[in-house]
Amino acid sequence: MYDIAIIGAGVVGGMLARELSRYTIKTVLLERAEDVAVGATKANSAIVHAGFDALPGTLKARFNVEGSRMMEGVCRDLGVKYQRNGSLVVGFSDDDLETLRELLARGEKNGVPGMRLLTEKEARGLEPNLGDGVKCALLAPSGAILCPYELCISAVGCAMDNGVTLRLSFPVEKIEKCGGVYELSGRGGSVSARYVINCAGVYSDDIAAMVGDESFHITPRRGEYMLLDRECGGLVSHTIFRCPSKMGKGILVSPTVDGNLLLGPTAEDIKDKEDTSTTAEGLATVRRSATEQVSKIDFSKVITSFAGLRAKGDTGDFIINSPAESFINVAGIESPGLTSAPAIAKYVVEFLRDMGAELAEKPDYNPKRAPMPHFRDMTEEERREAIARDPAFARVICRCETVTEGEILEAIRRNPRPSDVDGIKRRTRSTMGRCQGGFCTPYIVEILARELGIPEDQVTKSGGSSRIAADDLRGTEK
Amino acid sequence: MKCELVIVGAGPAGMAAAVSAYDAGIRDILLLERGEREGGILLQCIHNGFGLHRFGEELTGPEYAARYADMVRERGIRVLTGTTVISVSRDRRVTAVSRTEGYMTIECGAVILAMGCRERPRGALNIPGFRPSGVYTAGTAQKLVNIMGIMPGREVVILGSGDIGLIMARRMTLEGARVRAVCELLPYSGGLARNIEQCLNDFQIPLKLSHTVTGIHGRGRLSGVTISEVDKSRRPIPGTEEYIPCDTLLLSCGLLPENELTKGAGITLDRVTGGAVVDGGRQCDAPGIFACGNVLHVHDLVDYVSEEAALAGESAAEFIKSTRKKAEKSAGKAIGGRTTGEIANDAKADEIPPDVDIKITTDGRVRYTVPQRLRRAEDVRLYFRVSDVFRGATVLATLSDGRVIAKKKALHLAPGEMETLLLKGKDLAGVSSGEIKITLEAEE
Repeated sequence: MYDIAIIGAGVVGGMLARELSRYTIKTVLLERAEDVAVGATKANSAIVHAGFDALPGTLKARFNVEGSRMMEGVCRDLGVKYQRNGSLVVGFSDDDLETLRELLARGEKNGVPGMRLLTEKEARGLEPNLGDGVKCALLAPSGAILCPYELCISAVGCAMDNGVTLRLSFPVEKIEKCGGVYELSGRGGSVSARYVINCAGVYSDDIAAMVGDESFHITPRRGEYMLLDRECGGLVSHTIFRCPSKMGKGILVSPTVDGNLLLGPTAEDIKDKEDTSTTAEGLATVRRSATEQVSKIDFSKVITSFAGLRAKGDTGDFIINSPAESFINVAGIESPGLTSAPAIAKYVVEFLRDMGAELAEKPDYNPKRAPMPHFRDMTEEERREAIARDPAFARVICRCETVTEGEILEAIRRNPRPSDVDGIKRRTRSTMGRCQGGFCTPYIVEILARELGIPEDQVTKSGGSSRIAADDLRGTEK
Repeated sequence: MKCELVIVGAGPAGMAAAVSAYDAGIRDILLLERGEREGGILLQCIHNGFGLHRFGEELTGPEYAARYADMVRERGIRVLTGTTVISVSRDRRVTAVSRTEGYMTIECGAVILAMGCRERPRGALNIPGFRPSGVYTAGTAQKLVNIMGIMPGREVVILGSGDIGLIMARRMTLEGARVRAVCELLPYSGGLARNIEQCLNDFQIPLKLSHTVTGIHGRGRLSGVTISEVDKSRRPIPGTEEYIPCDTLLLSCGLLPENELTKGAGITLDRVTGGAVVDGGRQCDAPGIFACGNVLHVHDLVDYVSEEAALAGESAAEFIKSTRKKAEKSAGKAIGGRTTGEIANDAKADEIPPDVDIKITTDGRVRYTVPQRLRRAEDVRLYFRVSDVFRGATVLATLSDGRVIAKKKALHLAPGEMETLLLKGKDLAGVSSGEIKITLEAEE
């Protein structure tokens, strides 16, 4: 019996779990997939938005600006890379200049610090590779970048270190209330809890419907991205947005905290909540738009493309409410959801308190989580020390990203534990380089099999039916 | 730590370079190998066909590697396996890590880069669709099958008719899989003719030229691919889509020389080969750093890798000896007790003065040559590849003054096969600089 059950271990659920782990209550985090951070959290623009986009007075505006202010400290505590690189919205016409003026006014109303309009010359001074057609720009120095799944993994890890239980492969298929207690059940078993918080992303409308709330609908909005080799990461230093349209903030060109260049997303409303496929048209759109914003993008350096699904609500704002007793929706958390996550977590805790939840501070709560050791980022001295401590740090597994066996073992042993190749990828960056796992996948399969005590041919790429191999040839009769 | 000659990579190139440097008189050699044993990618190439030129017999990859490993061992050349080189600097400081030796920095008299190449991954091909398991480069699948003993899948489509793809079509078939098709974007195969015959035709595996994969389906494991015919500009033709159910897609779409370390050293790369720009002795534009094998340009046969590596080994030996001499001169006679490595380093080794400085340029039909520049008026064998299939072709080497110094006629030239052209040193007499243009004339 838990006090609180959170449904969904994306960045919203993860940050909330961590916030709740401050208190002497029992919290369980339920996740349908075999790892955390695998929904919208793993495939988005990786931006800490400054907050000029959301309409004043909305939850989006409030939590965006608040989250943007909190994020640097949160990342420091959680050992997550964060870089305040500033955002630049570029315009191509006089109409666009008008839009930029509106954004500036909106941003100022929302409390975004330090924004200003730039002339073409000023903009090019900051970013020499802007596209030829760029005529004006809006600078928001508080915009930043981070790695969203790193943040989520670290937040869940911190929550678990502070006593939160994580149940993976636990899709919630039924919610019943008996005797003032919710019982949540599905293929993964059942748990009961006094309070339920619905952070289920694209599935949050389905979860709400389980307690009779059909007041909102979530549409998966697909966004396709291209990621370029680290060689290209220096093409721009700011995140380059274009003037927003009805379908969102449009395609951006941004460096990532790991030094790659990210282009995307498209915005396409679809029906299938699992359709993260890319399309030839989508990738062509990304290419066209990105080229207008920034020149000299070398598309022969694309190392991968992917798509993510944003949980688009139909109310125009984040949906944070209580449709049933002791049940809270945290739904429709589309952009700026990543930025807002720390602020939403605080807000939901107050919401719970207002509902009567008893939240007493835990004396031994530790808000910090040590950063993952990354051999690539270490100084010579740190490398020597790491190897002296554990010679596994001298065995390079992924040569594109210089990831050692030491890091992979560390990832496997830390909360939340990965159980597949993609889980290792998100925690260590192995397979994420320019060869995309060509060399290191077999080594990771060996290490995972050894550490998890399973046969090599049972190792999966991303859980479920995604086995790496079809058969083990050894010992089979021919 | 100091060492006269450090070789990065103990695959066929690295081992052949070590052997030839040793035979040219260098004793202080260190071969650094990332894998658990020497041999490189040959160890997973268990098919035969290696060594016809070099040894006059057909060997498997591991056998070919073993020949060289024996030569390395007989000479007592030191090999550190399980060792990854992290960086190489222009002034020949090599940083490496290994479980047994820890973190090493080595001051080198000369360095030979022999890191090999890697395969072009799916992401670089921009194939739309899902990202399920079951999509591998052909070489990764080869490692899973031949080294780890696990079978990637049962129903296979292969994209790209490069040699590894062809070899894997046969290999997967022999292990009981069904290879549904090999798709090739181009109107001709990039693989060796003998591999088309022995790996596809002998097993009735269809080769679909001018076809590519335009969709990847399946959410956990691959469930199928969509293939389409492409037009002359290699764009998919709408309406030609065909769905092929399969659980495995293997990619054999080109090899890329692995030059991260080379770039890190600030060495100039050739945009076409993806490898360093080198002179006849395979020296890069950083004195004392040499490159050979697939890290320099992708070869078709390992025999030629060995040949090129032997050349690089000899050049490195010559470089080391020349620095030794300089050091002896500058240090007078007082060199007792110091290693040759120290001498080489103290001497601030620089280039052996060149006798010519000639650039080799190509016309595009000849895509590239290796070497790209000449610094010696001596016989040199140019390796080159062509950009298309040519029949009745003549390849010419022409000096700036219009003089044709070499000519090669061929009935058939194809991008998949590496060709050579011999330039005679005596023809270069009196030519101290300028360029040699390599051009191709063909009937069609």
